[in-house]
Amino acid sequence: MKEFFENEMKLEFVSKANNEAFARAAVAAFAAQLDPTVEELADIKTAVSEAVTNCIIHAYESKQGIIKVIARLKEDEIIIEISDNGKGIENINLAKEPLFTTKPNLERSGMGFTIMESFMDSMDVESIVGLGTKVTMSKKIQPKPEEDEKDFLLVAKE
Amino acid sequence: MESKFYEKDKLLVFKINEEIDDCSVQKIRGKVDYEIERCMPKRIVFDFDSVTFMDSAGIGFIIGRYKLARVIGAKIEVTNLSKSVEKIFEMSGVLRLITVSKEVVNL
Ligand SMILES: Nc1ncnc2c1ncn2[C@@H]1O[C@H](COP(=O)(O)OP(=O)(O)O)[C@@H](O)[C@H]1O
Ligand SMILES: [Mg+2]
Repeated sequence: MKEFFENEMKLEFVSKANNEAFARAAVAAFAAQLDPTVEELADIKTAVSEAVTNCIIHAYESKQGIIKVIARLKEDEIIIEISDNGKGIENINLAKEPLFTTKPNLERSGMGFTIMESFMDSMDVESIVGLGTKVTMSKKIQPKPEEDEKDFLLVAKE
Repeated sequence: MESKFYEKDKLLVFKINEEIDDCSVQKIRGKVDYEIERCMPKRIVFDFDSVTFMDSAGIGFIIGRYKLARVIGAKIEVTNLSKSVEKIFEMSGVLRLITVSKEVVNL
């Protein structure tokens, strides 16, 4: 049976650097439905930017290909899937190591996966060499106190 | 991005006005390096006051400029970092190479 999500969106775009800003802004606008804080939203945007950039510069390199982004909302959580049909990753554990990069000549820092892992609650990478890579990330948006609860907290403090 | 060189202090200030990612870094890197090599400063300040977004491309960008600065004997400073920019720099260890200064330089 298909899992039930409260909301879902899909994006497909070509692997051009100009689309990095588009992709993170689109996911952030979708995530806004969960009423995240400015910081939570910044974390999501950064993680999406990292994953999409990786598709552009590592998966497809100078070739052009399609990048897919799916975002799903389930209660207070956002689940984001970013995939490509590019060259794939040979050793995923090595790729995830902080500072590991196969493109130091392009001034890459090797911190992409480390940032995705620490800014989101979970991150999972699946990859097949020659076929492509899929990164799945999730983040729970912390509930904020309701307005009347806030009043109550203020009264309780007095 | 705007820049200004203060000859007397050998100070070169870059005010970055764009979101920093792989795309924008490709566009500004050449101009930044050109200014550094033209002015031969002793101090290079990157002002992040108008930076509303940065991902790991910013780390690579700063490390790249650090390497160039070392060749010409200059020091790199960054200023006006937002919370999330600072978090990304902290994670990467790049703050061991550069100084976070509180001082605000007006262009
Ligand atoms: N979508 C992808 N397709 C192919 N290789 C990838 C992909 N994403 C990441 N990689 C590999 O994993 C390495 C580490 O990625 P990351 O942590 O983002 O660092 P960086 O992008 O700075 O190299 C990359 O250098 C690359 O070799
Ligand atoms: Mg990366």
